[in-house]
Amino acid sequence: MEPDLFEKRSDYEWVIPRRGAMRVPAVIFATEALVRDMDQKVYEQAVNVATLPGIVKASYAMPDAHWGYGFPIGGVAAFDPDEGGVVSAGGVGFDISCGVRCLHTGLARADIEPVQAALAHELSRAIPAGVGSTGEIRLGEKEMDAMLAGGAAWAVQRGWGEPADLERIEERGQMQHAKPACVSAKAKKRQRDEMGTLGSGNHYLEVQEVTDVYDAPIAAAYGLAQGDIVLMIHCGSRGLGHQIGSEFLKRMAVSAAQRGIALPDRELACAPIRSEVGEEYLGAMRAAINCALANRQILTHLVREVFRRMLPRARLPLLYDVSHNTCKVEQHRVDGSRHELYVHRKGATRAFGPGHPDIPAAFRDAGQPVLIGGSMGTGSYVLAGTRESEALAFSSACHGAGRAMSRHQALKTWQGRRVVDELAARGILVKSPSLRGVAEEAPGAYKDVAAVVDAADAAGLARKVARVEPLVCIKG
Amino acid sequence: MPRSRIRCAIGPRTETDAAHSRWEHFEHGADVGVRGFGATKAAAFEQAALALTAVTTDPAAVQPRERVALACEAPDDELLLAEWLNAIVYEMSTRKMLFSRYAVHIQDGRLSAEAWGEPVDPVRHQPAVEVKGATYTGLRVAPQDAGWVAQTVVDV
Repeated sequence: MEPDLFEKRSDYEWVIPRRGAMRVPAVIFATEALVRDMDQKVYEQAVNVATLPGIVKASYAMPDAHWGYGFPIGGVAAFDPDEGGVVSAGGVGFDISCGVRCLHTGLARADIEPVQAALAHELSRAIPAGVGSTGEIRLGEKEMDAMLAGGAAWAVQRGWGEPADLERIEERGQMQHAKPACVSAKAKKRQRDEMGTLGSGNHYLEVQEVTDVYDAPIAAAYGLAQGDIVLMIHCGSRGLGHQIGSEFLKRMAVSAAQRGIALPDRELACAPIRSEVGEEYLGAMRAAINCALANRQILTHLVREVFRRMLPRARLPLLYDVSHNTCKVEQHRVDGSRHELYVHRKGATRAFGPGHPDIPAAFRDAGQPVLIGGSMGTGSYVLAGTRESEALAFSSACHGAGRAMSRHQALKTWQGRRVVDELAARGILVKSPSLRGVAEEAPGAYKDVAAVVDAADAAGLARKVARVEPLVCIKG
Repeated sequence: MPRSRIRCAIGPRTETDAAHSRWEHFEHGADVGVRGFGATKAAAFEQAALALTAVTTDPAAVQPRERVALACEAPDDELLLAEWLNAIVYEMSTRKMLFSRYAVHIQDGRLSAEAWGEPVDPVRHQPAVEVKGATYTGLRVAPQDAGWVAQTVVDV
């Protein structure tokens, strides 16, 4: 996009003033280079979101924003139910509560190197990944509902993890007000054998080394030091979340037309927060958040089992678990008073600043950990929420690198086997059931995650704390 | 972002269809656009379904050994296309199958269909990515060039 389409508020904040049907302005946080690189569709979609009923302050896009459906990926928008605000299935995304979890290991590179190949092999055997894979857990009707209401807390009760894990997960591992009864039988069937599976596409599990520390005090509060080995898991609510997203997109499209909600495009399908469809979506979406939290918890358990066998000295407590496709009810200060808002983050991470009561006590003074996944073969980052982020974008930050190239283009450019071999030569072991999948996910198909993270840091959305690089990557 | 088209023709049902039946992908940032052309609306839906399969694997690698019946309905053609693709995604997900042949019948907003395929074989199919669902981005079902086009973006 051309930067002169915007009013430049600072080097990192680009504003589309309110005009036409827009109820609020749209704001993109990025460097000029990132803005130039963004698809024109981000502009259109950010403007479209600004026209929706009950939107508060502005329609925001994070530095990694790209063309989504309805809302841009990297989009943040808050709605006030007292002002006729809406909830949108497309504003959350199909992979509800897709997110990133980071585990400590207490190990250093020297501990991993002698067993790196065996560890990669054992992890790839233990973690079901890829199209058509299934987990070993089968949930009956009652257990399915218990999982959808209980999230990671349910998983811990069933023995997949420790109670201490829950403190280190958003919502303490259990999204409140989930309504399993609002989740269709089809969505539940789709999840029947998918608990504890990684999925495919850009989802991964990585063993990583901390290569850089940018903010020593916050890193210390998080328990991170240069040379530490950590483990990151990126995945979401699997088939259940996808089915809920698809079903409610249709229900919202039909009901919006019936209610006379004027939408610039059907892909913006939404429903008033205070409506039957809106309330049912929120109940189902929260159940899907619990499904994602339970799924990452079960995967954590599978990883710990592998480490227990291979590296018995290792302990794998959670650093933190963030979700980046959600709609959450949060208190935010707007024009001097506090409001209860429904904050949509689609490909954006919640980033509460220091002192926020929802941050675990152990690092409340440091701000919430914000986990940013890179592509395989490049770095991922740990950031911290800032105080100023609340005024900037309802305490939100970026979520990843974003694709620079389509899957088709990537497939034409790289061969999966070569990507695996080149990464192995750099000391990164990739395990995937699909070489085509590896080619489509080649590191070069993604934007430079460092540029995205630097922009988020410079804009004040979140503070850069540490960088990690993979040693082992399990892909779907 | 440059937009390119990836063309392919596969599986026309009759010689009359052959002039029209083909599918292609169109580019969409992080996701993939699927587009089918056919002499009839139903044929365009069949081709869009093949484009859907091709997001995950090469349809030519999938043997049409097992038959699955599908049905769905929607208030208009475009929502019906999204429902159709979602019905296939659901069958792929719950049966752990891939499909390479489709036969669609549409009447009064109701779609009934048969899909032929086989269970996913990771080694032979090298499935790249699962489709999460059909979005309404780029959604279009319309007459075009004496035939029909049916397209939308699917989330992967």
